[in-house]
This record gives sequence, C-alpha cells and structure tokens, in this order.
Amino acid sequence: MKLQEIAKILDAEILACCDSDVEIMSACGSDLMSDVMAFVKENVLLLTGLVSPQVIRTAEMMDIRAVVFVRGKVPGKDIIDMASEKGIAVLATCEPMFIACGKLYSAGLTGKGV
Amino acid sequence: MDLYYEIPADDLAHAGEASSRVKKKLVQLGIDPVKIKKAAVSMYEAEINAVIHGGGGSADVTIDSEKIIIRITDSGPGIEDLELAMQEGYTTASDDIREMGFGAGMGLPNMKRYADELDIQTTKNKGTVVTIVVYFSRQH
Repeated sequence: MKLQEIAKILDAEILACCDSDVEIMSACGSDLMSDVMAFVKENVLLLTGLVSPQVIRTAEMMDIRAVVFVRGKVPGKDIIDMASEKGIAVLATCEPMFIACGKLYSAGLTGKGV
Repeated sequence: MDLYYEIPADDLAHAGEASSRVKKKLVQLGIDPVKIKKAAVSMYEAEINAVIHGGGGSADVTIDSEKIIIRITDSGPGIEDLELAMQEGYTTASDDIREMGFGAGMGLPNMKRYADELDIQTTKNKGTVVTIVVYFSRQH
C-alpha cells in the first residue's frame, strides 16, 4: 500500500514525505517505543499517539519508513524536520488508534509485521 | 576505528544522537542491515538508559572488520537488582519517562535480545558500564 493511499484512507495530512513510492506491507500501532523495538520484524508503518522526537529515533533505528500520529496529535517542527532529514515520512490523522488500525486492516494492510 | 560520544544528562530531546551517528557510520561502511539494526537498537536502549537513569555518561565504540563493541558508561545510582531488571516489564522509571514512550521495562531485555554479547557491570551509587558486542559475520 502506498503512502498516498494510506493518507486517503485515514484522511491524514502528509507533513513530511520523502519517498512516496515506498510500498507499506504491514503496520504496528504502539505508544511504547521499546515494544516497537522488541517485536517489530518487518519494515512497517508505525501508528502512534506519542508525540516525541524518540518516535523518529525509534523509526530510524528500526528502518521504519513512515509514521502516522493518531488522535489528532500534530508533531512540532523539530520532529517533522528530524524525520525529513532521516528520510522518514510523517502523517497526522484525527482518527483514534483503534479506528486508524481498523481502517487500514480493512483496506488490505494485513501483514503481521511482528 | 574508535569513536567517542558524550551522552548528556536528562536531555531526552537529544537522547539517541550517539546511536544515530554510529548507525550512519555502519551504513557508510556497508555493513549488513540486519547487523546494523542489532547494533543500533541495543546501543539506543543503553543510551536511553544512561540518559534517564544514569545522569548521562559516555559511549566508546570500536569497529573493526568483524564486530562492533559499544561501551556505555554512566556515573548514576547503579542497578539495584540486575536479575529483576533483566525481566521484561520490570521498571523503575518515572511517569515523565513513560510519557516519552520508554520506561516499559523492555530496555535491558531488548539489549539482550539484539546484542550477540552483553555484559553489565554495576555498582550501587557508582554507576553502570554496559558492553554490547555485535558480530558482522553470518554465524552470529
């Protein structure tokens, strides 16, 4: 699934986009970054309600190419700039975590990723 | 190749900077991405621990053709019960730390999960030295 399609499904704003051709096969929803590092195996889309530079750091360490901030949380310029510099796409949606994950899963993003 | 980084105390906005630089260096050297992820994640967890528990410290990194050795040293309070701290879910972190997405009790277990060798020397009220080794060869 391409980022543009994900943005459309979640009615999300793309705040940083480096490679719109990147193909996302699976996703992970978590506010705990150590859990992301413990359990994620594939290169996933990360959905999180945590707004912190450490989200981008975690994505960097795990080679995660795109992050969606849920529940209407909008990251600051520092976070968006850090993501852009590292080639990580940033999206923001007003959907809550459960609904955002459910919509993506229903649309075919069913890879387990862990 | 020897690298050295200061790890500033209680600076969560910049925590992970040393790990980020080491990861970039390993990418430049053309190391297998799977091995890079193992080194980057285990170092990042150790760096975060030094920031949130250890009052900052330093990272000494040695890279040769076979392996990377990462040594994170802090002068913090030490780990009171190391065996307990190695269990998934055990944490002594404050709410502030949890608000940053850490402190879920997965830091040390994650280091153990990704490092090929992990050594932790800790002394109460003196500090902790975490040594992580990741081998680049296939058999590890």
